[in-house]
Amino acid sequence: MTILSGGGGADDLVVRGARVLDPVEGIDTVVDVRIDRGVITQLGTEIDANGHRVVDAEGLVLAPAFVDPHVHLRTPGREDEETIESGTAAAAAGGYCAILAIPNTDPPVDDPALLRGLRERAETEAQVPVGFMAALTKRQAGAELAELGALAEAGAAGFTDDGRPVAAAGVMRRALQYNAVTGLPIAVHCEEATLTRGGHAHAGDVAGELGIEGWPALGESLMVGRDVELARETGRPVHLMHLSARESVEHLRRGQESGVQVTAEVTPHHLCLTDDAIRTLDPNFKMNPPLRSDDHRSALIDALRDGSIAAVATDHAPHASSEKEVPFEAAPFGVIGLETAFGALHTHLVEPGLLTLETVLERMSAGPAAIFGIERPRIAVGARANVVLLDLRASWRVHAGKLRSRSTNSWLLDQRLTGRVRMTIAAGRVAYDS
Amino acid sequence: MTDLRVVGGQLLPPAVRERRHLLSVSDLTRDDVERILAAARSFADSQERETKKLPTLRGRVVLNVFYEASTRTSSSFELAAKRLSADTITLRASGSSVEKGESLKDTALTLSAYDPDVIVLRHPEAGAADLVARLTSARVVNAGDGRHQHPTQALLDLYTLRNAFGRLDGLQVAIVGDVAHSRVARSLVQALNLVGSSAILVGPPALLPPGIAPISHDIEAIADVDVVYVLRMQRERMLEGENFVPSLAEYSRYYGITADRVRPGQFVMHPGPINRGVELAGDVADSESSLVLEQVRAGLVVRMAILYDLLTAGPVAVEATVETA
Repeated sequence: MTILSGGGGADDLVVRGARVLDPVEGIDTVVDVRIDRGVITQLGTEIDANGHRVVDAEGLVLAPAFVDPHVHLRTPGREDEETIESGTAAAAAGGYCAILAIPNTDPPVDDPALLRGLRERAETEAQVPVGFMAALTKRQAGAELAELGALAEAGAAGFTDDGRPVAAAGVMRRALQYNAVTGLPIAVHCEEATLTRGGHAHAGDVAGELGIEGWPALGESLMVGRDVELARETGRPVHLMHLSARESVEHLRRGQESGVQVTAEVTPHHLCLTDDAIRTLDPNFKMNPPLRSDDHRSALIDALRDGSIAAVATDHAPHASSEKEVPFEAAPFGVIGLETAFGALHTHLVEPGLLTLETVLERMSAGPAAIFGIERPRIAVGARANVVLLDLRASWRVHAGKLRSRSTNSWLLDQRLTGRVRMTIAAGRVAYDS
Repeated sequence: MTDLRVVGGQLLPPAVRERRHLLSVSDLTRDDVERILAAARSFADSQERETKKLPTLRGRVVLNVFYEASTRTSSSFELAAKRLSADTITLRASGSSVEKGESLKDTALTLSAYDPDVIVLRHPEAGAADLVARLTSARVVNAGDGRHQHPTQALLDLYTLRNAFGRLDGLQVAIVGDVAHSRVARSLVQALNLVGSSAILVGPPALLPPGIAPISHDIEAIADVDVVYVLRMQRERMLEGENFVPSLAEYSRYYGITADRVRPGQFVMHPGPINRGVELAGDVADSESSLVLEQVRAGLVVRMAILYDLLTAGPVAVEATVETA
């Protein structure tokens, strides 16, 4: 059973003159691409349009579309903040051909019937294919395992209690052991709550100066260390979500080097920003885990470059404006990110020379796809068309009013980015076309 | 800078400049500090007169909005506005729509409908004053937001220091106690640095945050300073079970400011309210080295100066200039 629901189609298209760049396939050349009924059928010059729509893509880059393993669709429960329809439309506008929804909804997705219902709705509503993660423990309370087998049968894409940690090591160990029956990924939000209680920002000089209770790096890395050791002891894989700290990266590397099956993701905001950004006390810079110092940020960039961290994940977390238009300490954690991820990474990492375009493209697509068992988006004859058309020179301003997400809590509001998605083809269908 | 202008011998109301706020000490320049302290000095002289009320801000509206308990700050702002003839209302979270669940944004927008010239805001969360400044067209004075900033306290402390020492530069101040939960300390350290003085923080490890000033956990570190600035344990801001210190008695034993720890010639300050016998011994609070009541007195005139400065940005001791147009 495929873990993805909805989206997709069988469009006919010829993309002319783009620089076709697929780092995994080893392609970087200007060539035309023909798509028949949603499948890439030809790469070459002077391809016959045959009545297909022709997209003039001269000066643009055609790359494998992106995969986001960490999206809060807020459905069910907070459809005022996001729906399957609006969240997947935002994903399409961001160049994504597949996303995974996080189950910390209201109620949480810990019930096979609820999961089946979501998948059915996605079949008609989703603009790009979407997979639904299920809760790892009942009600995400961290005490009793959810029915992982039944949830897998209902089509779960994996398991996570994201939004909160699995506090008890014994419960986490049982979850990893038992999950052998499903073979699906387990993704963990690493936070030692007794160290982060009341914390709103990285426990460093900026929080000290601003008088905001600190959320220390150790609050994450201690739990990363625990979960790497549990993965080692059980021999089962574990995926670490939204890493933010240098020490977490060190635990990750030590685990990987000694054969532990541990993977990790990082968000665009942790890659682009430091806790300097919170001096404005703008709640759109309040995330969990928090933005940290430049040393932590450098460690994350290095880890993404060398592949220790194999995936970029947005942790797209919509919040109603009434919830964010409050003082910093009263605001909930989280920012949206689907529509700005590529532009932010291109502007803040590729253009300054911190990462190559190829690395960013791979970590936004093939990297997360491999971790979550999603078919790798690729530009090759015979592959389903999962491609994104990028304009690397386009300079654009992020306008709240133009976002497809139902929420506007972006850290990039009114900022200018260079690099923009022009078209997204997801599972053979043109899902976004500017 | 716009001075008061005399046209045909008539005093015009202070000219309105671009909207400014006092949200943080980091908003201030050294010149701003000097201007405000000079204005406060003028107002202090005016308070010696029989008629203490000045017509300066007649017709202006000052709203005091207090989401947290306050004695000194709210009463001094209210009196300061009244002494300057402004119309003033003081609102408290208890007994207002806040108790009915109204958000800070809606309260701010509602109050804006009265076209206030100044909103003085105290709130338990950092960034509250910044938020109200973004949402309203009034000038906003931060009268304390969470543990973040309390700039008017820092200005009145500078005023008190200048009266005591005759200068502001080169002073050494030890801030002793619960710095972690103190907006007073954060504003004061910035203010001292701005005027060329310096601070060290003294207290138990968990109560001294990084990134502010040099730190010592040894009470002996106060021996060489000019001023011992004592802070209260802000138990209302501590989460239950945090165990910052094992007990108040143990805190007092190691860090309480008692007569034997104060050297002759040192001054002792405290922003209030004092927990006598905990962070500060009663006999020290009442001694000649204590500037505590000077601080309270400074509160009135400095807050008059702040309201005046925000609404006019001109010196009080006006050199009248004749309008030539």
